[in-house]
Amino acid sequence: MANIPENLRYTKDHEWIAVDGETAGIGITDYAQSSLGDVVYIDLPRVGDKFAAHEAFGSVESVKAVSEVFIPIAGEVIEVNSALNDTPEKVNGDPYGDAWFIKIKMANPGEADAMLSAEEYEEYLSTQG
Amino acid sequence: MTSDSLKKTPLNEAHRSLGGKMVEFGGWDMPVQYTAGVLVEHLRTRTAAGLFDVSHMGEFWVEGENAIAFVNSLTTNDVTKLVDGQAHYSALTNENGGVVDDLLVYRFDNDKLLLVVNAGTTEKDWDWITSFLSGPGAVRTGSPDDKPRVTLTNASADYCQIAVQGPNAIGILKQLTDTDLDEIKYYHFTTGRVDGVESIISRTGYTGEDGFEIYADADSARQLWDKLLEAGRYGDTDGIVPCGLAARNTLRLESAMSLYGHELSDTITPLEANLGWITKLQKGDFTGRDALLKQKEAGLKRKLVGFEMREPGIARDDHKIFVNEREVGYVTSGSPAPYLKKNIGLAFVPTEFANTGQEIKIEVRGKQLKAEIVPTPFYKRHK
Repeated sequence: MANIPENLRYTKDHEWIAVDGETAGIGITDYAQSSLGDVVYIDLPRVGDKFAAHEAFGSVESVKAVSEVFIPIAGEVIEVNSALNDTPEKVNGDPYGDAWFIKIKMANPGEADAMLSAEEYEEYLSTQG
Repeated sequence: MTSDSLKKTPLNEAHRSLGGKMVEFGGWDMPVQYTAGVLVEHLRTRTAAGLFDVSHMGEFWVEGENAIAFVNSLTTNDVTKLVDGQAHYSALTNENGGVVDDLLVYRFDNDKLLLVVNAGTTEKDWDWITSFLSGPGAVRTGSPDDKPRVTLTNASADYCQIAVQGPNAIGILKQLTDTDLDEIKYYHFTTGRVDGVESIISRTGYTGEDGFEIYADADSARQLWDKLLEAGRYGDTDGIVPCGLAARNTLRLESAMSLYGHELSDTITPLEANLGWITKLQKGDFTGRDALLKQKEAGLKRKLVGFEMREPGIARDDHKIFVNEREVGYVTSGSPAPYLKKNIGLAFVPTEFANTGQEIKIEVRGKQLKAEIVPTPFYKRHK
């Protein structure tokens, strides 16, 4: 069973978002890392990059495949977890903690409320193969 | 395709019970990896042992007084040079010199050969080879009267094939057989019993490590598989692990071995694909020889090379290659190399750029990334 922390919000593309005042942390879920398998490379944006909601902001690569990651809500990148470049396997080991991808300043703070709750994400997962 | 319509090896249940993630490969339902994951499977094969189900591959017997002449007329390597108990790597080529398939040819006797072909091309190869049994091609079977003097048998469904590879492979297999494995040299084989099961024991493999491939009757597959896992101490941190298609690919890529459909195809010749060493143009006539002689004389226009990425990023199959801003070639296989901890690949580039040290750029999802041509194989095991 995939791990789904209660205090985060989720998207159907298997990203999580952790709101902290005007900023938010974003990463991929336990379900996503498990589907991908061993993560070997992550492509992250730069501080200052701005994205509209649902835009691809980077990609995660396993040995066999590349997956884009989509930003749940609009915002400007204020921090990038470049440690992941050296230790991409953290995404498999600690997807909600050490392996956060980016922190953003939210363009529209209310947007995060429309994301799935832990319960809704869990229900969504049960419909996936 | 639902998994119901895919072909299954005798070990399908075993893969599922080991947590295999099943995918479609060449019409077969195969594990791409197991619970350990591709990185562990790859590294464990290089440091201890890995177990591979390769039962989906095809096996054809060629028998009769003209078996050797027949196979020799259809393949690039020289079958007349084999002795009993020896195998060689070879290619079936078409009239243009393009590769129909790469394969192993085993000589059991002067009238008995075994051909082992790829899983995805088994039917195609069977149709190709049997088309030479009659009509104008029948002369190859030594037959002046259109009656073949070779007998072909497609035994693919009768056999399972299990590979045990890695430095510990021989020690593991020794526990299950009285056959003297030390006596079997690389690319040689014998028949013997593995856990009491009559088998062909071949010192061959697709990983770049020492190891064996075991051919036995399909009904014995699960017994052999389970016994090999047990003898290999599956579950120990340095024990054998079952390995899926992903690790099989990264292992062969580190060793710069070709994969049909990538480095080889109907429109790629063995000379272009760095397989001149199995292409014996002086051995006498074979299908495609004229075309290959012409190509050799004219000089190759493109060559297969190995490359390493020189900036972060992973080049993948079919990515385009640029030199001096011009698109000149493409990646045939690209992937991380788990043991070498680099990102590597094989590619076709024009001959003029096919030199160690040549800087190239590879277009990876819109970005041009630096890479460099390097000698192959990327990895070579310590003997």
